[in-house]
Amino acid sequence: MVLKMVLAAAAAAAVLAGSGAADAGATLDAIKARGSFKCGVGTGTPGFHYPGSDGVWRGFNVSICRAIAVALFNDPNKVEFVPFTAQQRFPALQTGEVDILSNNTTWTLTRDSQLGFNFGPTVFYDGQGFMVNKKLGVKSAKQLGGATVCVQPGTTTELNLTDYFREHKLQFTSVVIEQVAELRAAFFGGRCDVYTNDSSALAADRSAATNPDDYIVLPERISKEPLGPLVRHGDDQWFDVMKWTVYAMIEAEEFGIKKTNLDSFANTNVPQIKRLLGMEPGMGKALGLDDKFAYNIIKTIGNYGDIFETNLGAGSAIKLERGMNDLWTRGGMQYAIPFR
Amino acid sequence: MAGLAHPKTAPSAGLDWIPRVWNNRLVRTTLYQAVLFGGVIWMFAYFTGNAVENMARLGITSGYGFLDRPANLPIGEGIIAYTPADSYGRAILVGLLNTFKVTIIGCVLVTILGVTLGIMRLSPNPLLSGLVQTYIEVIRNTPLLLQLFFWYVIVRQLPAPRQAFNPLDGVFISNRGVQIPWLEADAGLWWIASALGLAILGSLAYRRMAMARQARTGEFTPVLPLALVLLLVLPALAAWLFSVPIIPTIPELKGFNFVGGTSLTPEFTALLTGLTMYTIAFVAEIVRSGVQSVAHGQWEAARSLGLRDRRILRLIILPQALRVIVPPMTSTYLNYAKNSSLAVAIGYPDLVSVVNTTMNQTGQSVETIAILMAVYLSISLSISAFMNWYNRRIALTER
Repeated sequence: MVLKMVLAAAAAAAVLAGSGAADAGATLDAIKARGSFKCGVGTGTPGFHYPGSDGVWRGFNVSICRAIAVALFNDPNKVEFVPFTAQQRFPALQTGEVDILSNNTTWTLTRDSQLGFNFGPTVFYDGQGFMVNKKLGVKSAKQLGGATVCVQPGTTTELNLTDYFREHKLQFTSVVIEQVAELRAAFFGGRCDVYTNDSSALAADRSAATNPDDYIVLPERISKEPLGPLVRHGDDQWFDVMKWTVYAMIEAEEFGIKKTNLDSFANTNVPQIKRLLGMEPGMGKALGLDDKFAYNIIKTIGNYGDIFETNLGAGSAIKLERGMNDLWTRGGMQYAIPFR
Repeated sequence: MAGLAHPKTAPSAGLDWIPRVWNNRLVRTTLYQAVLFGGVIWMFAYFTGNAVENMARLGITSGYGFLDRPANLPIGEGIIAYTPADSYGRAILVGLLNTFKVTIIGCVLVTILGVTLGIMRLSPNPLLSGLVQTYIEVIRNTPLLLQLFFWYVIVRQLPAPRQAFNPLDGVFISNRGVQIPWLEADAGLWWIASALGLAILGSLAYRRMAMARQARTGEFTPVLPLALVLLLVLPALAAWLFSVPIIPTIPELKGFNFVGGTSLTPEFTALLTGLTMYTIAFVAEIVRSGVQSVAHGQWEAARSLGLRDRRILRLIILPQALRVIVPPMTSTYLNYAKNSSLAVAIGYPDLVSVVNTTMNQTGQSVETIAILMAVYLSISLSISAFMNWYNRRIALTER
């Protein structure tokens, strides 16, 4: 009996030790060996990351991960989505539970350094805003003294919130709930006067209300929120794959290459387009990918503008303007690094 | 042939200590335990080393220095003053006190209500005992988290502050909680509180004397009148002596919310109600089984002395039932303290909620989880130590 217990304990220890050792390899090698990767997303924000009625994950952030799956395996389904609350996401990436987060995480110094992450290109430039019920008659965030504010814990949102109220010497009471769905229900149920989040997320949450017209987003933007995918320190090749997948989608939009007109570029003379689409070899290979990785991404997923319009823009229920997220050539901030 | 037989026996003669030692009970058990202990130590060392190595690889700095950094976290409610400019250490303390608040108030409520419910369950009235039994079965067989959400949704359905129920002057019930008038915070209130504490101690001492006197002489001394006088006069005397201004603050609607008075937030109310309603079902069953464990002859003997049922219960049955009740009550209190961490789901800023956020903002997962474990372990061990002491005190002294 005792001997059995000892053996069982030793076996368990050996198994645990084995699983620990497997994590030590480079992320990209492990992903290639597995034939798929794990992408951490949020628990559900319309437009950004949400499971459809068929159980398939959809949204802007989800498309980024699917594009990486296409770049690696030429198959948008070679990625597994794992939803996390704002509080759970960082340990999940740090410990290797997922290989990448694509869930509206704000790029900050602390996260880039102390938490051990590398941030990819900013895929969505955002700013924090406040949403209130129209009945309150509030026109500006400066009138919010004494209000009760609903906020998600473990976010830059809650830090900016305290900064803003301190700066303007206003008092407030907070209600922090980890699950977004519960938090939204608390706000729409009248538990809070104000709901604060990135303004794009506010627009998305407003679209999920039973009566969206009862609510307005106040004009103030109290912070800069550069949102983008991130990976953990320790594998630069994997970081490169993530970065250049995003740049490929932005570059494609800049050249006017869309999902719908992709094949009309088959006989192009423009060298930049030839390099991007892999007609001139070398770019994909440098990243350890297929030379046609960008072609495959645009064919299966689309360019940056495509995924923006379908998930967040005119083609969606949220109807966000491109604004800061337009291309630099049109006065926005989206700018791809040259494919050379 | 003889030459062959000799080498056969010689080695067995040299090694026959092996089965002898191996079959020695003491040697074997020591060996097994040493191997198991070594394995546990090795596993612990391995995981620690693994964590340290991985944190170094990711460039995560370790240590508790973050506790002094400004937290910037908003915390909805707390017993001690807190602003976002305070440190993470203080934020965690606010969370800890919030956990204490709900646990202490809850354990008192659970004891009183649970015992009442358990005795009602034993009532000869079939309607009463049936109702209580149904309650117990429903509550014990649905998940606690679901019940917490249920209570939170109920509290949230109350009207908005501007349409609040106003049953009494200065009392408002809305989806922002229950607001009641309170006393203006003043340093002098400590004098009144101390006087009240003194009055309670005095009353308890007097009760002890009265009981000792009754045991000695059989004469009954009423305790209640003197206790009431003490409880009323001492605080009043303190207020007059130290001229503490007693200024009530009355809640009123100002802007978005009520200002003044004190309030029970919806989150606290939902958590306290949910945990209490859940736990009393278990306490009721513990009390029922305890009372039923006392031999029926005790009731009959007491009745033959002419005692009334209520006094039999209080003086004879419950003291004996306590010996059966106390050990499972210990684990019920422990469960209450641990279940209070479900607060995080409905937004009550308890320890887990604050520590989770701290972990997220600082990235110090290992350190913050260590804090959480240390705190819950201390709470549990303290409750357990207290209950074990109480259990020994009431245990049957066998002579």
